[in-house]
Parts: sequence; structure tokens; C-alpha cells
Amino acid sequence: MDMKRDYHEDIKLFPNNVGMAWFLLLVAFFVSFPIFAQDYIVYILNLIMIHVIVALGMNILVGYTGQISLGHAGFFAIGAYTSVLLMTKLHVPFLLALPASGLVAAFFGLLLGLPALRLKGPYLVIATMGFGMAIIHIIGHWESFFGGHMGIITPPISFGPFILDTDKELYFLILAVTLGMTIAAINIIKSRIGRAFIAVRDSDIAAETIGVNLTYYKTLAFAVSAFYTGIGGSLMGFVLGFINPQNFNLFLSIAFLAMVVVGGLGSVLGSILGAILITILQQQLNNIPEIPLLGKGVIFLSERWFSMSGIANVSSIIFGFIMIMIVIFEPLGLWGRWLKIKYYWKRWPF
Amino acid sequence: MLIQLSQVIASGLAMGSCYALIALAMVIIYKTSEVLNFAQGEMAMVSTFIAYTLLATYDIPFIIAFPLTLLFSLILGMIIEFLFLRPAKDPTLLGLIVITLGVEMILYGVAGWKWGAETKSFPSPILDTKVYNIKGVVVSQLNIWVFVVCIGLMLLLFLFFRFSKLGVAMKATAQNHMAARLMGIRAKRILSFTWGLSALIGAVAGVLIAPITLLDPNMMVDPLLKAFASAVLGGMTSMPGAAVGGGILGVVENLFGWYVSTEFKSVVAFVIIVVVLCVRPSGLLARHYVKKV
Repeated sequence: MDMKRDYHEDIKLFPNNVGMAWFLLLVAFFVSFPIFAQDYIVYILNLIMIHVIVALGMNILVGYTGQISLGHAGFFAIGAYTSVLLMTKLHVPFLLALPASGLVAAFFGLLLGLPALRLKGPYLVIATMGFGMAIIHIIGHWESFFGGHMGIITPPISFGPFILDTDKELYFLILAVTLGMTIAAINIIKSRIGRAFIAVRDSDIAAETIGVNLTYYKTLAFAVSAFYTGIGGSLMGFVLGFINPQNFNLFLSIAFLAMVVVGGLGSVLGSILGAILITILQQQLNNIPEIPLLGKGVIFLSERWFSMSGIANVSSIIFGFIMIMIVIFEPLGLWGRWLKIKYYWKRWPF
Repeated sequence: MLIQLSQVIASGLAMGSCYALIALAMVIIYKTSEVLNFAQGEMAMVSTFIAYTLLATYDIPFIIAFPLTLLFSLILGMIIEFLFLRPAKDPTLLGLIVITLGVEMILYGVAGWKWGAETKSFPSPILDTKVYNIKGVVVSQLNIWVFVVCIGLMLLLFLFFRFSKLGVAMKATAQNHMAARLMGIRAKRILSFTWGLSALIGAVAGVLIAPITLLDPNMMVDPLLKAFASAVLGGMTSMPGAAVGGGILGVVENLFGWYVSTEFKSVVAFVIIVVVLCVRPSGLLARHYVKKV
């Protein structure tokens, strides 16, 4: 089907000029999108793109290197707080604060990656979960520096005289960053580093035998993944306009992991699909009584057996079911479903 | 000074016993099926809410309500195994973790939907406010109960795994699934029962913790991490290890809270996890297995 004949063909970003043309058309569509779209939809798109960045970082770690992490909410928080604190306390311009937040997160990723070298499977999950909860705890309790549980208001982004403070203005910034990060992710995975990641995932002992430096690549995977998550967190702070430690709880880490698993492990397209699906679900399920058909049923159930005050919790039930169903019925996620559909039509009518 | 120290250690041990109970429940599942159960805390939380409903809404005396809660948790554990874990065909480690996380989300959602997010006080007959003074060390009735129940359950479990047919079958399934099946053990049913047993122990822990932490859907998020830390400390596969780990964690955490800072007490669990895993990855009491290639 998608046979690669030589190395050059393998590392090419687009299979042919037609693919590139379609991609440019898609970019043009997204660039012109805010002109005719509503503010709310642009806001959702912002969230989706930030989650795409995080899901890419998550997939580099979980999908490509095979290291499971439940602590990415911690990196997300580190990214958000770094850029906000740099901009409010040191008056660093945004253009420096954004990469700085990624780098600080990457540094913490490196720190977490070092003990992670000795950990396998379940132990790694526990350690990363502990890391995420510890970070939130420290941020929440160190009030003089981080603003404590009250949170901090993010400053507006300014480039010289231009100030980005509406969703539509932020949209272009986030679009550019997301595009850059996505292409970077594709290139990382196709390079020597990406192949080393995949080798570590498939069998770390075999990878070490053929000369892949496990220490280096495992910590690198953590650092790269944390960098992506930190950038995402930094942008999220500006989209929300306000950050507090409660935003970055264990459930956010679970949602990040769910994006990758639902979207498809070890696939860039899968990360994007997963981020889109989970974000839209999160947004839609927040006001569940207003959804046609389902909403009526849920309200009926709430009045009969459950409580109306806790109706928002239905979203986490649906989330849980989606996660379980994906693992049981489609372990490759949405990406696997997409591949099946694609190959079905390529082979059609056979 | 000495009295102060023993006071800190005593209350640490009481809290540690709670962690140990949840850790014990995790270890039982991990030993038998190598599933890391992230839903353990939420299973305990839902069972505690059931106990609360029986006690507060239906005014059933504790003596009857408690066994009913245990029965419920047993069935809950078995249903979860049957519905969510059994259908997964050779799942990966990540797949299993995602399934238990999904179960956690479902249970959390159900509890929040049914009982709301506001905290409730658990009407327990064992009081935290009734205290005894043993040579200057103040211990509450609840603390003593938690400690006694933890030791008692450990003993019961030991006897169960040593002398009962079901316990031996569970051990056999844990050691070699295929061989156990060839010996005529219904391995699937054993797995179901393991989940039930583990949920039951979790329910005991939940009912004991509830008077301390107050009752709300988030009550188990922190104890879950502490229980993981205890289980890791003792070695994920060793039941006495989980109990010892829980005790050590509780005491260390309390000592840290007393001498260094109470605010960052919760970070201790993470530090312990990392240090133990770096120095002794298989835990204090578990045997270390080297993977063959």
C-alpha cells in the first residue's frame, strides 16, 4: 500500500506535490477561518490546538517510546506558571517567555526522566502520578510565590505596540505554534532520534544491544514530551486568562493519556484526532442537559434517581466508558479506524 | 519530648494503617492479575457512600449496615472485573491501566452524580473525638480501631491464603495462570473473586477513613497516591510488605509534618516512591525477579 522505496522517500514530509497542495489549502482554510466564525468556535479551536500540542508530546513519550506517564498535568502547570511568572515578575517579553516555559518544563522532564530510567511499567506510572500530584501540591501551598489556590491572572500578550487579547487574535498565534510543533514532531519521529525511540519501545534490551543509548534516549523522550506539554500549558494560560492549581489535577493527566489512547498510539494523526475528539467532548458534555435527545434522558434520570446538582459528573462517566470501549474494541484508536476505512476504499471493490 | 515523639508516631501509625489497607487491596489484585488498579480508591469511595446512605438515609444500625456495605463492595468488584477487564483480549500494560482509569472516572462520576460534590460527615459509631490517654500519649478510639482492624485483616488474609481452598487457588492462579487452569481451577472466576475481595478490603478502609477525611467524591484521591507509595515501598507483590510500607509511610509523613512542614506533607509520598524505586526497585519485602530475554 504505502511502500517506501528509499530513505529519501521515507523522510519526506509529503508523499507528493498533490498532498502538499491539499495541506497548503487546509492551512489557508484555517488562516481565514476566524473571519467568518463565531468567537466561541474560535475559542474551542484554540483549546483543540493546545491539546494537539500536548497530545503530540504525550504520544512521543507514550506512543513512540513506550513510557507511560500520568504526570503530564504537572508539566502543563509548570509551563503555564513559568510564562505567567516570567511576564508579570520579570517583565520578560512573550517571545522569550514561551520557549522558556517549554525549556523549564523540559528541565523538569529531564529530572523525572532520570529516576524513570530504573522504572518499568507500573512503577513508572506510579512515580509520574506522584510527580504530577506533588507539583500541584507545591504550587498550591507556596502562596507567596505562586499565588496559592487563588490563582493568578495572566497578563496580555504584546508584540511591541500590538496586544493580543481576544480569542481571534490568539488564534493566529496558537495556529502558528501548533503548525510548527506538529511539523517538528513529524520530523523528530522520522529522524534518527525517532527511530531510536521506537526501538526502545519495541524492546529496550534489543535496542541497547544494537547500540541505542537507553539513558540518553529515555531521558530525551521525557524532556521532549515535557517541552511540548510546557508550551501547551503556557498557551493555555493565555487562552483561559487565569490559572489556578485546581485546573491541573490528576484528571487532566488522565485526559491527556486518554487523548493519546483514544486517538491512536504511535501516530501523529492519531494525536490530532484524539485531541479533537476529547476536547469537543469535554466542551459539549459540560452543558449536557442542552444536548438534544441525550440531555432529556439524563435530566429524567437525574430527577428520578440521581441529583440535578451533580449532573455535570455525567461527563466523566461517558469519558470513562469511551476510554474502556476504545481499549476493548479498537486498541489502535481512531487512527486504527481511519486506517481500516482508508484501506477498505483503496482496495474497493475487492 | 519523648512523649511528643511517641504521639507523632502513634498518629502516624494510625494513618499508615489506613494506607496499608488500601495498599493491601491493590497488592491482592496486582499479585493475581498484574493489573495496577487505579480505581481502588474510587471503589472504596463508592462503597463508603453506600454505607453512608444506609446509615443516614435509611437509619439502619451500623451492625447491619456494615456487612451490607461489604456485600455490596464484593459484588461491585466482581461486576467491574466481569464487565470491563474480562472482555479485553490480551491487553497491554497501558491498556489495562487505561481500563482501570476509565473505571475510576465512571465511579467518580456516578458518586458525584448521585451524592453531589458537597462534603458530608460520616455517621460512624467509632468516634475520632473520643480519646484515650495512654501514659501521656493521646490516642482516639478511631485510631485504635484502624490499627486493630488492619492487623486483624492481615491475620485473616494470611489464614485465608494459607488454609482455605479458595485462597490457595488464588495463589496458584497468581503464580501460573495456565497451570492453575490445567489443575481444574476456574481461573476467570478466581480473578473475579480477587477483585471482589480487594473491593471488600477497600470498603473497610473507606469506612475507617471517612470519619477523618469527611465524605466527598474526592476523598480518595490523596489516599490513593499514599497507598501506591506504601505498596511500592513494601514491594508490589508482598502483602506484609504493603502493611509495613503503609506503617512506615504514615510515620515518616507525620514526622516530616511535625518537624519540617505540615504544608508539604503530601510531597513526602512522592519522594519516598522515587527514592525507594531508585534504590530498591522491587521494594523492601518482595523478592527481586530478573527478566529473562
